[in-house]
Amino acid sequence: MTDPSALQATGLRLDNILIALGSRTLVSIDHHIAPGDVLTVMGPSGSGKSTLLAFIGGFLDPAFSARGHVNCNGADITDAPPQARRAGLLFQDTLLFPHMSVGGNLVFAVPQSVTGRAARRDYAGDALCDVGLDGFFDRDPDTLSGGQKARVALARVLVSDPAFMLLDEPFSKLDAGLRDQIRRLVFERAKARRLPVLLVTHDAADAEAARGALIELAPASADGNGT
Amino acid sequence: MLRFAPPLALFVLAVPLACGLLGTILPAFGFLPALGGRHLSVQPFADLFGQPGLWRSAVQALMIGLVTTAISLAMVAGFVCAWYGTRAFRLIQHLVSPLLAVPHAAAAFGFAFMIAPSGYLARLFSPWATGWERPPDLLIVNDPAGLALIAGLVIKEVPFLLLVTLAALPQVPALRSLRLSQSLGYGRMMGFMFTAWPALYRQIRLAVFAVIAYASANVDVAFILGPTTPQTLPVRLVGWMNDPELSMRFMACAGACLQIAVTASALAAWLVLERTVGPVAESICETGRRFRRDGVVRLVSGGMMATSAFLVFGGLGVLALWSVSGLWQFPSAFPDALSWRTWQRTGPALTGPLATTIIIALAATGISVAIALACLQRENETGRTGGNRALALVYLPLLVPQIGFLFGLQLLLIAGDADASWAALILVHVVFVLPYVFLSLSAPWRAYDRRYEAIAAALGAPAGRIFWRVRLPMLLRAVLVAAAVGFAVSVGQYLPTLLVGAGRFPTITTEAVALGSGGDRRVIGVYAFLQMLLPFVGFALATLVPALLFRNRRAIRGL
Repeated sequence: MTDPSALQATGLRLDNILIALGSRTLVSIDHHIAPGDVLTVMGPSGSGKSTLLAFIGGFLDPAFSARGHVNCNGADITDAPPQARRAGLLFQDTLLFPHMSVGGNLVFAVPQSVTGRAARRDYAGDALCDVGLDGFFDRDPDTLSGGQKARVALARVLVSDPAFMLLDEPFSKLDAGLRDQIRRLVFERAKARRLPVLLVTHDAADAEAARGALIELAPASADGNGT
Repeated sequence: MLRFAPPLALFVLAVPLACGLLGTILPAFGFLPALGGRHLSVQPFADLFGQPGLWRSAVQALMIGLVTTAISLAMVAGFVCAWYGTRAFRLIQHLVSPLLAVPHAAAAFGFAFMIAPSGYLARLFSPWATGWERPPDLLIVNDPAGLALIAGLVIKEVPFLLLVTLAALPQVPALRSLRLSQSLGYGRMMGFMFTAWPALYRQIRLAVFAVIAYASANVDVAFILGPTTPQTLPVRLVGWMNDPELSMRFMACAGACLQIAVTASALAAWLVLERTVGPVAESICETGRRFRRDGVVRLVSGGMMATSAFLVFGGLGVLALWSVSGLWQFPSAFPDALSWRTWQRTGPALTGPLATTIIIALAATGISVAIALACLQRENETGRTGGNRALALVYLPLLVPQIGFLFGLQLLLIAGDADASWAALILVHVVFVLPYVFLSLSAPWRAYDRRYEAIAAALGAPAGRIFWRVRLPMLLRAVLVAAAVGFAVSVGQYLPTLLVGAGRFPTITTEAVALGSGGDRRVIGVYAFLQMLLPFVGFALATLVPALLFRNRRAIRGL
């Protein structure tokens, strides 16, 4: 807001990123996501949207080659292990760990700095309250409705104290009414915590609701992408 | 640490195999200093070829290997093509699958008890249908042509091939192929055969080779059901190897080399068969005939599967019944009296072999599961599966006739004074258990949704924590099922236990086979019942433990 270089030091900076499979360029992107902002990347399936998320999250399949840098709040995390990046991941499936209770899923995500069994449980319990699921701690995730599962997945990400959020079409499997509600909840919480958000989707309504910058990836065959 | 897992697996599988083969080939050419053989010679082979009926035994082993495999594969292919995607398919699939766990010897005894002239089938139909008041004088079991042996092997190989095929089905667009060919007017059975089966067969080919190797070199089933004058080559070889006259071992090793040649010839013959059947099928396909009227053939193929399952289950039931029967005269279909006498009488003699069986099986399974998990986790980290070469390596101990390297391994262990030790026995079991554990575990392990791990890593969990807290609990059922498969394989091992244990580690299986099909039916009933009970307990635990542990977790509890 004041000095542009200070602005550049916070948020998520995607610095001349170029991802290729063999000789074929899939994604080329250069963008800065300020804290609380959303960057939406749209494109047809196969255009490399999820590959971009995998690269930023640190899970890129070795079959791909990538250039460029990812900076998060001034630190270069390009080569950091996934555990050190503090990426908040949401996929189109909620992927709640089926062998843990709802609360167990959250406790698993609570940072190590919170010590003591009781303290970690309280911390997770508060996060559940925060998404309107008070009293769901001991429930089996599989007995929850679609909307409740989505809320638990969001709470699990938030409780881990992420530095930024990576959303891989997280609303596409919800029915229309619910989709709106969860979408608003996710963006609102990210904004409140001033988290930079990268959203990939093929739903134009997602992009509209995100109210941020939009990048459209070209279909798989082309190289180079417009901004 | 995990880096060493694949080399360790290679070591555990390949070293015993290589050493064993060498230890078989050298004595076959007269070199075995421990027994006074210091010079290379072809005398052992000369002795071998002087044995009466040798060629008949060898050719019979070859033919039994080929015919067993052809029938088993035809039954499985016919069944899958005719019934895939129907309710009956799932029903029979659930009926046949548990049979994989039944040890070969127990299935063979049960089969003998069903089909023998005084067996259960004869009793069911006598005297009202057959008029038999006493068992007819027919040589059904141990028939000279080996038909009973072939049938006894088929009922055990069918479940194996079916399960391998079921595991391969998801990798082939089977249902879409079937729908497409049906909409083009083809009958269900040949439509599937033309469009989906060729790809399926390519996936299960190594398993088919394993069946050839197993059936052509089998000892325990051949001992129970096979021809007696002469016996098949593998049975005669074991007799020579265990002969008190130690110099017979040179000839036994020469015979083991012949057995390797027999199995290799069976495999070569199969390759020729593949080359012929493929083009013939193609040319039939090119005629464009639709084979719409396949109702009868479909019924027959389903009926054969059901019959084979019925024979095994019925046989196991009859075994159990014999173990608690008092007087049971022909042709009564049920014993005149039931009693625990046989169990009480054999009880004291049972405990030792039972404990040995369980200890070896638990140890071999534990080691195998640990190695398989480490290899798969390494694969998960590096993203390299090792491909077809690694798969062929895992199958290697199943493709070489057991006799071919177990003879040599025994001689080496004797030379190193390490025979008849727990360690040697457990390690040789691992050679046979590890492949099955690996094959059983790798499919669910690779099918695991890795995004769970991505989420756990992004939440800050280190690799170890992800493995122990996320992946392993989610795959607990698959791990336990693989362990149960391994346990069942170990319990059923006859030849490795007999040879490497040097007769000093009797297990339920070695004791049962030693009784032979002519032994006391009540005692056989006791041993064979225990033989099938142990794997059953293993599979029951593999189902119950996750069901109890995750009783409040609907998505993964299983039951």
